[in-house]
Amino acid sequence: MAYVAIKGGGQAIDGSKTVFDYLRAKQSAESSPLDLDTIQNQLRLLHGRVISEGGVYHPRLAALAVKQAHGDTLEAAFALRAYRSTMPRLAETEALDTSRMRITRRISSAFKDIPGGQMLGATTDYHLRLMRMELLNESPEQFRTIASEWFDGLNIDDIPDTFPKVLEGLRKEGLIPPLSSQVRDNAPFDITREPLVFPVPRSAALSTMARGEQGSLLAIAYSNMRGYGDVHPTVAELRVGYVPVMLPHPITGKPMEIGEVEMTECEIVAMYEDQEDGSKPVFSLGYGACFGHNEVKAISMAILDRSLQIGMTKGPSNPSEDPEFVLLHVDGIDSMGFCTHYKMPHYVTFQSDMDRLRTTRKKQDDGVQS
Amino acid sequence: MTTNKSFGFMDEYAKKEIRRSSLKAVAIPGYQVPYSSREMPMGRGFGTGGLQLTLSLIGEGETLKVIDQGADDSVNAVNLRSFIEMTCPGIHTTTSTTEAGVIQSRHRIPERPLREDQLIVLQVPYPDALVVVEASEDKRKILHGEADYSRLLVKLYEDIVKFDEITISHRYPTRIHGHYVIDPSPIPRWDVPKMHQSAALILLGAGREKKIYAVPPYTDAEPLAFEDVPFRVEDFTDENGQRRPCARCGCTTSFLDEYIDSSTGDYVYRCSDADWCNEQLMDESLLEVSNG
Amino acid sequence: MDKVLQVRELSVVYGKGCASCYKKTGPDFNSNICPDCGSVVAAHDVSFDLYRGEILGIMGESGSGKSTAVKCLFFDEEPTNGKALFYDEDQQYNLFRLNKAQQRRLRNHRFGMVYQNPNLGLNFDISAGGNIAERLLMSNVSNYSDIRGRAVSLLSRTEVLSERMDEMPKNFSGGMQQRVQIAKALATNPPLLFLDEVTTGLDLSVQAAILDLILEIQQQSQTSMIVVTHDLGVIRLLADRTLVMKYGRVIETGLTDQILEDPQHAYTQRLVASAL
Repeated sequence: MAYVAIKGGGQAIDGSKTVFDYLRAKQSAESSPLDLDTIQNQLRLLHGRVISEGGVYHPRLAALAVKQAHGDTLEAAFALRAYRSTMPRLAETEALDTSRMRITRRISSAFKDIPGGQMLGATTDYHLRLMRMELLNESPEQFRTIASEWFDGLNIDDIPDTFPKVLEGLRKEGLIPPLSSQVRDNAPFDITREPLVFPVPRSAALSTMARGEQGSLLAIAYSNMRGYGDVHPTVAELRVGYVPVMLPHPITGKPMEIGEVEMTECEIVAMYEDQEDGSKPVFSLGYGACFGHNEVKAISMAILDRSLQIGMTKGPSNPSEDPEFVLLHVDGIDSMGFCTHYKMPHYVTFQSDMDRLRTTRKKQDDGVQS
Repeated sequence: MTTNKSFGFMDEYAKKEIRRSSLKAVAIPGYQVPYSSREMPMGRGFGTGGLQLTLSLIGEGETLKVIDQGADDSVNAVNLRSFIEMTCPGIHTTTSTTEAGVIQSRHRIPERPLREDQLIVLQVPYPDALVVVEASEDKRKILHGEADYSRLLVKLYEDIVKFDEITISHRYPTRIHGHYVIDPSPIPRWDVPKMHQSAALILLGAGREKKIYAVPPYTDAEPLAFEDVPFRVEDFTDENGQRRPCARCGCTTSFLDEYIDSSTGDYVYRCSDADWCNEQLMDESLLEVSNG
Repeated sequence: MDKVLQVRELSVVYGKGCASCYKKTGPDFNSNICPDCGSVVAAHDVSFDLYRGEILGIMGESGSGKSTAVKCLFFDEEPTNGKALFYDEDQQYNLFRLNKAQQRRLRNHRFGMVYQNPNLGLNFDISAGGNIAERLLMSNVSNYSDIRGRAVSLLSRTEVLSERMDEMPKNFSGGMQQRVQIAKALATNPPLLFLDEVTTGLDLSVQAAILDLILEIQQQSQTSMIVVTHDLGVIRLLADRTLVMKYGRVIETGLTDQILEDPQHAYTQRLVASAL
């Protein structure tokens, strides 16, 4: 017997796929299918989030994932992750140097002004969240004018050449610990090749959070901000932009830029502490970074990085400081999968539960209680 | 856009790691081997752990059976089976327990005793029996290492004090080879004795929790209990003390599904193991033929 | 006489420590805190022997370091320095050199500990009987009736009504909780029992009853005990020999009767004189 005839269950699954796709296409009389460039541009923050949580920098497939998932970020990230499982590893780059980022936005809350200036960039931070009714009937002409007018009169000579890291200034004064030379020698923990077995190094925590689900990270970080913890962060620097990815030339071995990835990076300065070796106290640091333009995630991550460091050295005194609690519950694919699985048949286990309950109730009726 | 050409969906490195983890699991019966579980196209909680095991271990020409709640046509089983067929060209699929070489199952072990040449892969949501008494994985590892299951046993003690019974229904903690206590997956108590001295290798895969563990062939598997309060399986006797038969094939020795008939409103009891039920029916009709 | 425990030069320092810590702290300085580095010298140079069937008292006021030694011996804390040998059934254990698994084995099977605060010694999520069962189950007792029977007999020995054995500890009075703790500590018939301020905070009549119980246990089972207390009355009643501690140092040691009749150190003299 070489095959199994598809009966009830199989037909139900096929039916559900068809009706799902119908819902995507049902207004086809009035419009065309979403094209991937539209998703990538007009829904860029949703798109960036999917890249970030999928853990694969493939803008085109991420757009496709958004399209096929009808905009569900968990499902779209899921599709990207599953795609990643089929890909062999071709090479490993050197650590990305974010000081070489092609900046699109960069601010610091720690200082009024910083070398290179406070560049607000494309942020909604100071927008009034009022409904833009003028967009209700936006015409293609109005749409085109926005982009064509933006470049008029821009003086590109005003753009600074470099944006030095704010932390460098603090480091020169000795207010934050010096960079350890050991750091570059230790290979980072690879969460896609090794399971997390606690205690885990800081690099494992950072990479888990880098592709963590935004809402989960925000909720736990928020608990710390509100008092279940005491990181008390100040944003030393938040930068958004494109970081070059370097690989050695196959013949000369010289590092070559093979492309760039959009990233958000946040460095926070937290409460200061005494040093182990008795030298003067310094500020402690928290670091967050992710693919795409996602500031809430980068800031949450930086706060959790700091709280987890506290938890790993002194022992956790609240959930945000507990590595097991944080790292095992922020992965969107794991959590949504398990949540969804409760809809699967569980009637055999339920049968077993009913048996136990009935037996116990019968025992009480029979007065067999000792 | 590249398409995947790897047999078994995952790349060779991933399959190699899973095979090595399985070997380690067999070498240390009942020990949960951590592995870096890959994401599959089905959700975590839908059997990705069992799936990764099957995909890494099955080969061309081998025969696969997939069941969920004992049934081959349950939605989850159908989904998994088509995916495995799609990604492992050259395998056969079957609903027959006797014909299968690899059986992937959710929540049941087949009624028919398995043979040495067969392999059963169980889908596991919670690999660790101690999770009910200790939330921290780090602390649980120490308890397992020292075979300190006193807190779990106290739970059983408190059950007996309160209810005169051990009230654990499925996922009954079971000690393997005298040391590690495992969560045998949400199989009913009915199926736990099948793990003891099984001729077939039993592999258990937890995809989301990222653990593989095993009950090797001919290994002791003892459900935790007290000498004087022994382990008991589910009871299928009716109000008159008669063991209920399957309404379809008449069998009185199988685990029964209970449900309400949508037309009559009566309670109906049928074998949970679909293939077993079919076999019973076939045996009966053969019997009739030979008697008739 | 069989020696059960030999402790030598036990020291515990909280903080980073420095060369002056031991030299600049203690009763002569009226302080545990090192003036140079701020570390706390909780205990220094504590040495004693304990014999089978004997009750050793460790007496002192708050900050004397009296609980510190016992916490180290029960593996609740780690010492900075010192050596402790435990003699049990022809075996000798170098306590601070054992690995964590070995320490846990001794702690679960050969030692008993009763804390001043029952929250530390009892599991409040399970019944009183369950607390005792938990200890028995660590030693592979596998018969439910046996466990039940043993729990009943231990609780009756510590005068807890067996009708209450299935209740949760939070429903018991402080005195009853201590009795359950003692029953739990005795469950494995340990040769060595630690009692840390076990009657502090209880009503006087309840204290008296528990002290009687402890003496009974010593007489019936020859259990060796270390009793930590600030109360002279408890020392007088229970301890065969006593150590007096102040600011982390042992300032006087000897037979209890002798110390109370004829204290040598000025501090001990003050303590004895001020006893009600």
